[in-house]
Amino acid sequence: MSTTLPVTGSMTHSTTPPAPSASTAAPTPSAIARPKARKRSRLGTKAASLLLLVVLLAGWELGVRLFHVPKFLIPSVSDIAVALWRGLATSPFAKDSLWYHSAITMAEILLGFFVGSAIGLAMGVLISQMPRLEAILEPYVSALQSLPKVAVAPIIVVWMGFGISSKVAIICLLTFFPVLVTSIAGFKAVDPDRIDLLRSLSATPWQIFRKAKFPSALPYIFAGLNMAAAFAVVGAIVGEFVGAQAGLGVLIQQMEAQMDTGGSFAVFIVLSVIGILMTWILRRIQQRVLHWMPQDPTQQQRTINV
Amino acid sequence: MPAEGDYIRIRHLSKSFGEVVALRDIDCAIEQGSFVSIVGPSGCGKSTLLRIVAGLLDYSEGQVLLDGQPIQGQRRDIGFVFQSSILLPWRSILENVLLPAEVLGLDMKKSRERAMELLHMVRLDGFENKLPRQLSGGMQQRASIARALLHDPKILLMDEPFGALDAMTREQMNIELQRIWRESGKTVILITHSIPEAIFLGDTVFVMTPRPGTIERMIRVDLPRPRTMQAMAKPEFGRIADEIRELFSHTGSFD
Repeated sequence: MSTTLPVTGSMTHSTTPPAPSASTAAPTPSAIARPKARKRSRLGTKAASLLLLVVLLAGWELGVRLFHVPKFLIPSVSDIAVALWRGLATSPFAKDSLWYHSAITMAEILLGFFVGSAIGLAMGVLISQMPRLEAILEPYVSALQSLPKVAVAPIIVVWMGFGISSKVAIICLLTFFPVLVTSIAGFKAVDPDRIDLLRSLSATPWQIFRKAKFPSALPYIFAGLNMAAAFAVVGAIVGEFVGAQAGLGVLIQQMEAQMDTGGSFAVFIVLSVIGILMTWILRRIQQRVLHWMPQDPTQQQRTINV
Repeated sequence: MPAEGDYIRIRHLSKSFGEVVALRDIDCAIEQGSFVSIVGPSGCGKSTLLRIVAGLLDYSEGQVLLDGQPIQGQRRDIGFVFQSSILLPWRSILENVLLPAEVLGLDMKKSRERAMELLHMVRLDGFENKLPRQLSGGMQQRASIARALLHDPKILLMDEPFGALDAMTREQMNIELQRIWRESGKTVILITHSIPEAIFLGDTVFVMTPRPGTIERMIRVDLPRPRTMQAMAKPEFGRIADEIRELFSHTGSFD
């Protein structure tokens, strides 16, 4: 599972995106210079990374065949491809198909992500409006944050059973914190002048929140949502490993029990696709919501794996 | 000091932040429609004074009267221009200028017309749909002046509005501001670090000195309007500038 964050960000819960400011200078000449050359070099890079993939896969296939590596240790690329194809070719409605398990896991991820980050955001809003409440809750938040959330997964399964709800609860727990912490940081980082501007117009606290604080905090909130999306997939798989009736985590365990490593690898690919899809959708939404932020084409993106 | 016709009247105003006395015994009067510049070194409390008049800060002692009424809390009839433009980067220029109308619940259709007029007055026609970051610093500050005037406030308070601009843009903005002030007829209080800017724009210059912040002297500027940059070469201009510099060096404000 992977998500992309700017290089300035980190996987700690205190990601600080570059503070948006109205006084950002116009794009520098170097950033807009020679778009044609830039496009060509980008195409070249894409071709090169595709070529690298082909080389890697070919090397893999060749190595496994040449050295007669046992299938249950490292399957060949063709075995994985066959396993993936078999999985995808089954009826989507069959209870044991790859599609069915994927749908269960997807449902858990989406439900957990939305509920968890919604609660995180709501708490963040509430806490940021009440400094007193923040002071009271602060020790608990940092204590809970330092606890590895997956450690409580078994207990949650005991409490809520093997169904989808225990997985959703685990994901909620995992997604709640990054969104809570980044949103609080975002509300805190609001330029005090923006608040003074609204106060000088005799704005109500709610108007100050709606017109200055919330939009100012959005870049931070999106950083939290990106983390939460990555954690959501982890949470789903961990939850299913601990105890579930269906889902891709269950499928991986079943396949490992039958030493069908090729099948496991096929599931990894499906999981990656789910992760990439979520990141892509989130980034599209982010680009649309934060359209006003300067898009720096030279900004390096880094992939962080959880 | 004349008692009648005073629009803003400040009596024995003091303000302290804990132990630190920021302002002591400020006493002054400002006529309606006049342009007052406040000049002084950093830390003389001039921003504090402006924020008190804006109702953004409360004060410890004394009285601040606006049209005979004490200023208490936030008000709807002031326009504030900050050091930086503080345009909200996610709003277009027009939406930024319309912010006061949204906050104060004014008629949006009329406000939109007025915003377009103001954008014309600050010479930003055609930029209404641009984002702030697409404008230069001087243009951003002009947009923020338009925003401060949208709800037709009686008073325009400006806190070193041109401090972040380069010298050339700043001169131009001074001329523009004089024109905008003459066209709008507002009472303006402008805070600045720049002695020439204070004299060029002001009907009266309040000279403030620090530790604690007091108004050391009020100097009338009797240069004809509209003033051009050539006014700076007039002997009267030089005399006032010397007088202000003299005050600062006397009170040790140049150390």
